[in-house]
Amino acid sequence: MRKPENLIMMIGALLLLVLLPCLNAYGPPDSALHVSDYTINLWGKYLCYGILAISVNLLWGYTGLLSLGQCLFFSLGGYALGMHLMLKIGKLGQYYQAGNNPLEMPDFMVFMGFPELPAHWVPFHSFGFSVLMVFVVPGVVAFLFGWLAFRSRIKGVYFSILTQALTYAASLMFFQNKFTFGGNNGLTDFKTMLGANLNDADVRRYLYIATVLLLIAVVALVKWLLGTKFGKVQKAIRDSENRVLFSGYATTSFKLFIFVLCALIAGAAGALYVPQVGIINPSEMTTDKSLEAVVWVAVGGRATLLGPVYGAIFVNALKSWATTAYPDYWYIILGGLFVLAVLFAPNGIAGLPQQIKDIAVGWKRRNASSIEPGATPA
Amino acid sequence: MIKTNLIKAAATLCVAAATLTSSVHAADTVKVGVLHSLSGTMAISETSLRDVLLFTFDEINKSGGVMGQMIEPVVVDGASNWPLFAEKAKQLLEVDKTAVTFGCWTSVSRKSVLPVYEKNNGLLFYPVQYEGEELSKNIFYTAEAVGQQATPAVDYLLAEGKKKFYLLGSDYVYPQTTNLVLLEYLLSKGVPIANIGGGLSKDKAGKVISAGKYTPFGHTDYQQIVAEIKKFAASGDACVVSTLNGDTNVPFFKEYAAAGLTAEDCPVVSFSISEDEFRGLPADQLVGQLGCWTYFQSIESPANKKFIGDFMSWLKTTEVPGIQKEGRVTCSPMVLSYAGVYLWKAAVEEAKSFDVDKVRKVLESGKISFDGPGGTVTMQKNHHLTKNVYIGETTKDGQFKILKSFDNVYGEPFLKGTFKTSSPAKGETTKKKKKAA
Repeated sequence: MRKPENLIMMIGALLLLVLLPCLNAYGPPDSALHVSDYTINLWGKYLCYGILAISVNLLWGYTGLLSLGQCLFFSLGGYALGMHLMLKIGKLGQYYQAGNNPLEMPDFMVFMGFPELPAHWVPFHSFGFSVLMVFVVPGVVAFLFGWLAFRSRIKGVYFSILTQALTYAASLMFFQNKFTFGGNNGLTDFKTMLGANLNDADVRRYLYIATVLLLIAVVALVKWLLGTKFGKVQKAIRDSENRVLFSGYATTSFKLFIFVLCALIAGAAGALYVPQVGIINPSEMTTDKSLEAVVWVAVGGRATLLGPVYGAIFVNALKSWATTAYPDYWYIILGGLFVLAVLFAPNGIAGLPQQIKDIAVGWKRRNASSIEPGATPA
Repeated sequence: MIKTNLIKAAATLCVAAATLTSSVHAADTVKVGVLHSLSGTMAISETSLRDVLLFTFDEINKSGGVMGQMIEPVVVDGASNWPLFAEKAKQLLEVDKTAVTFGCWTSVSRKSVLPVYEKNNGLLFYPVQYEGEELSKNIFYTAEAVGQQATPAVDYLLAEGKKKFYLLGSDYVYPQTTNLVLLEYLLSKGVPIANIGGGLSKDKAGKVISAGKYTPFGHTDYQQIVAEIKKFAASGDACVVSTLNGDTNVPFFKEYAAAGLTAEDCPVVSFSISEDEFRGLPADQLVGQLGCWTYFQSIESPANKKFIGDFMSWLKTTEVPGIQKEGRVTCSPMVLSYAGVYLWKAAVEEAKSFDVDKVRKVLESGKISFDGPGGTVTMQKNHHLTKNVYIGETTKDGQFKILKSFDNVYGEPFLKGTFKTSSPAKGETTKKKKKAA
């Protein structure tokens, strides 16, 4: 399985990184070869979800920690960059142009009656600081939560419930207008990033390329990590934590490290997601979003390197298509598919080739064995 | 390996399929987008708007279409998922190239698609009561502005002799903004601040940043709040102004009735309960409580009778899958969706073009109006409607008995800070006076 996987990665990377953007930039507009700006933007979103799914899989598939709150870190990364983008709206804001916002605050602050920009918003004027926060905020939250949870030996379903509670609590907090992050409406109507107009087709393409690069980097990192001794311990923790513990490994530190790492990955994905999608609000933190990410991993193939990416792309592409083609039935289509996937393809999309091979081999063997008794004369 | 390539191909196909269907564009049809949540938490409200829009398109197509072109609806599901709304809006504008979109219910969904419409210079008609404080050149708000719901309701209650007002809402932007406007309005009407219930919170400078009591979405325990209201209402001249949303109304009104409070001693006026919501609410517990909208199903006018009759018979005959046929009602957001389509049609025919800039210019002229089920509505230069406002009392069959109407109320999105306090008890409201246009 190792070699074809490498090949797929190479082909996939080439397709996503070179072919799609080139067809978008240079394909003649009316031909079948042209990839529209819409498609590029859509794939940018899918791939951000793919990166999020990798982080879920690294926790669930390889370490046995089912986190049902991974979208919290995704959203925190998104909010950190979103705050910068909000501040960059500046003079283009509705209230500034109407003459009611001399301080150039984000519009929602004016209409919620903030007297001035809250102090913790001020440093987000700097792009560098915001990017730093994309990693620091999810990282610190994950570290604190993980440290408390793992130190108290919270495992299995209790860990899952706690992560779910954490993200739910955070979403309730962000829903409040007083919490200074735009309440229910969240952060939206971004105009520019680093001086570039976020609505430009070129800028959308660069954001897409950045997403692909991040995806490749994350896949490479995970692949490398799994090959190291650390990766082996990680899998051992998944399979039997007590034995690893008795063998003298401090499993708490291992788990904490991987939990924080996954939060960083999710945060980075969220930061790339926000400028491409154009909105971040607390509903991204609600528990069903995190559950959805777990479903992508299950459909794509748990504990496989690329499965989560397949799952995220497949489920979301299906959702994009079905919400237009069958707006009334798409939940049923999607639900039916999950049931089928769980029943008949326990290893997900990534496990399908092997599954088919096994069936074929089994079938051949059965045929061979049914012939054999006849072939040997009594 | 083959399999994974297949998956990629399939995924690409999905996108390609969407692109292909859009390029099959007959010359004598015009594409119109319908962007509502047909699944998820908002589906219960938004599906009705999809239904009424499809009905309207059929009605228009039967009478010759828009400028001789048949309306071809492109229905997409926003699935109560706000980033998906943005994606679907992009699809409608960039792939399907729809001439106009009718859609959105929640403010956050509108905020999510707004940049998309501005970037692509699209056209969106938004039909649901909202908090204002927004004016995009690409959106026309057929919705009730705060001044077409909250302030007329308060006027009515003041005229009824109510002196104390308890503000209660779900904790999000619409109730918060509405209540801040109401606070200013009540003060300007000479209601002392002590008579405004629910609590105030102030910032360090002493400026009121939030007025009223708020509960989260899905809140179920109203015991304490109702006890507080009971105390507040002991004087007999109090009322409750509620911006509670959706299913939280059920436990609230149960608790309200259980505490022995009735519409006689302390009426509740709700801004988020229309006829359509009564399909999921126990109407008998709300009998006598008030509602305020720019349309009620019970309006006695030939236009309304015809609208209801046609819609009901359309429901019976339609073959569109997924439409609930039994127990249907009409309500304000539905009628404002209906009016939106006709206003757009009138503007297109006046402009003799589907071009967004030309249509917008005509709509902004102030000459486009429509005699609809709720009376005449006129599009103003500021993208809002002048329309009639009605106060109604809930009856046991989930309808409203109309008590009072205000004719031709102007739609103003920027109300906050426009009311002068008559008794200068608090200095904070004078700060933002400049916004009065």
